[in-house]
Formats: sequence, C-alpha cells, structure tokens
Amino acid sequence: MRRLLGFITKEFIHIFRDLRTLIVLFGIPVTQILLFGYVITMEINDSSIAILDLSKDEVSLNLSDRLCSSGFFRQKENLNGYDDIERVLRSGKVKAVVVFGEGFGCDLITRGKASMSIIADGTEPNYATLVCNYITAIVNDFSREQNEVETGTVFLLQPEVRMFFNPELKDQFMFVPGVMAYVLIIICALMTSITITREKEFGTMEALLVSPLRAGHIIVGKVVPYMVLSFVTLVVILWVSWLVFELPIRGSLGLLIGISMLYILLGLSLGIFISTISKNMQQAIFISLMSLLLPTIILSGFIFPVENMPKAYDVASYLVPSKYYLIAIKNIMIKGLGIGYVWKETLAMCFMSAIFILLSIKNFKERLQ
Amino acid sequence: MREVVIRVENLVKRFGNFVANDHLNFEVYEGEIFGFLGANGAGKTTALRILSGLSSPTSGNVMVAGFDAKRQGEKIKRNIGYMCQRFSLYNDLTVRENITLYGGIYGMSSGLIKQRIDELLRQLEFEEYADRLIGGLPLGLKQKLAFSVAIFHEPKIVFLDEPTGGVDPIARRQFWEEIYAAAARGITVFVTTHYMDEAEYCDRVCIMDQGRIVAIGTPTALKQKYGASSIEDLFVGIARPNAQKE
Repeated sequence: MRRLLGFITKEFIHIFRDLRTLIVLFGIPVTQILLFGYVITMEINDSSIAILDLSKDEVSLNLSDRLCSSGFFRQKENLNGYDDIERVLRSGKVKAVVVFGEGFGCDLITRGKASMSIIADGTEPNYATLVCNYITAIVNDFSREQNEVETGTVFLLQPEVRMFFNPELKDQFMFVPGVMAYVLIIICALMTSITITREKEFGTMEALLVSPLRAGHIIVGKVVPYMVLSFVTLVVILWVSWLVFELPIRGSLGLLIGISMLYILLGLSLGIFISTISKNMQQAIFISLMSLLLPTIILSGFIFPVENMPKAYDVASYLVPSKYYLIAIKNIMIKGLGIGYVWKETLAMCFMSAIFILLSIKNFKERLQ
Repeated sequence: MREVVIRVENLVKRFGNFVANDHLNFEVYEGEIFGFLGANGAGKTTALRILSGLSSPTSGNVMVAGFDAKRQGEKIKRNIGYMCQRFSLYNDLTVRENITLYGGIYGMSSGLIKQRIDELLRQLEFEEYADRLIGGLPLGLKQKLAFSVAIFHEPKIVFLDEPTGGVDPIARRQFWEEIYAAAARGITVFVTTHYMDEAEYCDRVCIMDQGRIVAIGTPTALKQKYGASSIEDLFVGIARPNAQKE
C-alpha cells in the first residue's frame, strides 16, 4: 500500500507541475461546454416570421399583433396560402411560419379549441426549437389571459409544431450530455495514454518494471489520480451547465455521478489500453483522437441520430462507449428515470472497462517476455 | 570461496529465428564488479534484462540473489537495483522527491527514507540541489544520482546498463568511484559497457560476441592469456575474427 501511495503522489505532482495537463483537464471541458452550450441559448431578438392567417378574425389578428409586438418577432410577410409556406422558408427570409386555420376565432369561442400550427426552419435546429418555444409561450400567455377575461369558456390553444427539413429534432438540452460524453472520454483516454507512454519514452517505465511494483500497481497508480481530477472536472461541467444554461437534472444526482464515474473509469482503462499498444506519445495521441473523436461524435447519437444511418453504422455504434453513457445520462438528466432504466447501459460500460483493463494487464505482461 | 549471487546455466534467448543469447554459462560472486563487454547487438542488454527480470529466458537456469528467475521473479525484484542507459529519474520531480518515490516503491518506511536522503545528499555533496528539479541538473550529476537511487534500498546486486553513455571522462571517473564505494559496501555490481577503459576497472569481465561468451576472467588474466596489452586490443582481437566469419 505504501508503494502505491508514493506512486500516486508522484502522479499528482506530474499533473500539478504541468500547466498544459491542467489546461486539458479543466480548461477544455469548460470551454467546450460553453461553446456548445451557447449554440443553444442564443437570445431571440427581432426574429423574422411570416403569418398565414386563413381566418382573419378578431382573435387571430389579436394574437398576431401580440406576437409581433413582443419584441422577439417581426412580421416579414403575410402569406395567402399553404403553397407560400415552403417558398418563404426555402428563401430563408423567415425562421418560422405561424398558421391560423380557417374559422380560428369562431372555433375557439364555440368549441374551446382551434387549429393553429407553427412551422419552423429546422436547418438550424437549436434556433428553430427556441423560436417555437417562444411562440408557444406567447400563445399560452394569450390563451390564459383570454380565459381570465371570458370566464365560462375555457380556451385550449395548443399550437401544433412542425419542423421543416429536420423532423428528427430532439430535446434542446441534448448538447450538454453530448459534450459531457465526448469531452470526458477523450480527456480520460488521452491523459492516461500520454502519461504511460511518456514513461516509456523517458525510460522511467523500465525502472518501474524492475521494481517490486506489479502491473496492477502501476495501472491503479495511474488511474486513481485521474479519477479524482476527472471527478472534479465532472462537477465543474455540471455546475457550469446548471449555472449558465439552467440544465435540468431531473433524475437522481447520485446516480448521474455514479454512472459518470463509471464512464470516466472506462475512459481511463481505454487510455491505458491505448498506451500498451503505442510506442510513443505521438502515437498514443493519434490513436486516442482518431479512435474516439469521430466515432464519438458520429456514432454515439450525440449530433446525428444513429437510427437513420445504414445498418452497418447502427451495428458499429454498439462498440462506441459514449453511446451507452449518452443514453444513460439523457435518461437520468432529461427524462428523470432511475437505475431500472439504465442498468443495461451500466452493465455494458462495466463490461467494456473490464475488457480494457484485462487486455492492458495482458499486454503489460507480454512486454516482459 | 565467495558466495555466488548470480548463476547462469545454459541460458538461451531467442527472438523468432534470431538467437540473442546462445547457451550462456557464468557465475558472479558477492561484492565483485562484473563487467559485461560486447559490441552493440552482441546480446549484453538482453542478458541483463533477463537477469533483472524484465524479460524471461527461452531456456536455461538463472539464479539471482538466491532466487530462481523463472518462479521467484518478485523476490528477485526486491533484492536488486537497476539503472538503464536512458536514465530513470523524473525530470519534473525534485531530487528529494525522486529519491522518496523510489524508496517508497521499494517498501522503505518514510522515516528511514528521510534519514537516508539526508545522509546521501551530504555524502554526494548534493545538499544545495535537494529541492531542485532533476531536469535542470547537468547530465553527470543526474547519472551519479540515478546510481545512488538504484542502490538506495541497499540491494544485493545492482544492474547497470551502459550507465556512463554520453558523459565526459571526468564525470565517468567520478561515476566509477561511486561504483567502487558501492562494491566496498558489499553490493555486487553487474555492469554492461562498450567503453574498454571501463573494463579495466572491473574485477572480472565477460566478453560477448554474437550472443556467445568468448572470454571470461580478470582483466589481467585475460590480457596475459591472449597476449594483449589492453582490454581494447584483446576485445578487437577476439571480436574481429568472429565478425568476419559471417
């Protein structure tokens, strides 16, 4: 145990004396979260919309007025028919079209509900979601006020939202879990693979291998410090996400942290595995980035829905560790689900970590032959 | 007769078809400075790596510090020190931190480590460097320190793999004084080198060529036997004819 403690102390000294390591560990995650995060929290100001009013009654005109006087939207065009919708969206002049169906006001008063839809330009998914949310909020305000004024009749205005060009648009908070998934695994794998190959390059690994330290000691000694620091990184990411973007954590925070630590362990064991198959630091960096960056971004479901890809990609995605983490933390953070809904992903991550650790120990021992 | 601390019988190491060590047989006695000589690629580093547990033999018996290399590798590791040609201290740690680290790895208590560090630094006249990073020290000092670290836990045997590569003659001479001091304390020194003048400093030398041992004995006896004026002449005389057979 004393052997291990000395070794771990040394690892911490390495990390804290190297400014670059500290920047990678703490600077990059926060920068990434802020960069990606701001993509989704752009303020809406004077956004151009078009209105297709097939009813032109008192209520629909009132609501149109309300939308355009809110300060968030500016009415660019008044459309005459459904055919115009695609034309204006295609031209890119407006971000969304608000449609009031025929007999809008009449239906609302007599039947308590009326048909209304928002059709948004989905080529900028995050912006489109924001526009829709803003419009929906204004419409909800409006219907609540109407309800208060005209007691007796209950208005139910539920705009139907459609995304043009990108019907697969998902939750607006999907970026933060995605960034967490890819930042954590890349940092963990990269840092550990670099620290071990550096020892190989500088010749200190030989001294460790002839010492009474066992392969397991060396691996644990490398994993523990990065585990601790990655935990700090994780907390910082969650804190920044909550502080800046009001990211919800609907499920259990403990479960979220537990699963994240498992994912961090997975990243670290992957890094150790990479270090056992690479000869020097450049190779380790190259393998870490190539094997993780693109697969994580493309196949984890972070940006592109894997379900829409060819079958082969779908199958390949099961080999990408971040896929499981992403599913699990989305379920926990956004849907608020418990362990009963993420146990499969948890098991998959345990399994992958175990495989990488076993392979690393095997490779370590083979080096000695 | 002095105690045998290393016994090698019919040691063979193959890498595929290449035979790096071809039936080596030799013994090393306690407290002696045993030099392993040979051109690059003669198989000295391979043999040293097997003796120090970094590599395992294809066949043959190897006994180090009283333990069998095949079955008791862990016990051997506790009783040996090792220093390789690319020296093995951490550049971003201070002198004191490096020594503490290795002392801890070899299972020394922190009290003992503290006490021994002070002794060692005084003895090496290194006190002013104690809290300086290794990276900023001159190579000669680093090597002296690396050697001190390799024997800090008082091993029975210390293995040195071309320890004086790239330093000037004065630093090399000083380094050898450290080796003598260690041997005088009873530590057996097993050193590989291709500096022939260093071979003269050894108690006994073993000359390797193409994986085989071609001569073994004290420098004086070997020079007499082959009628050479120095180990260098001797080495060139023995290694050349073999090299030409290829």
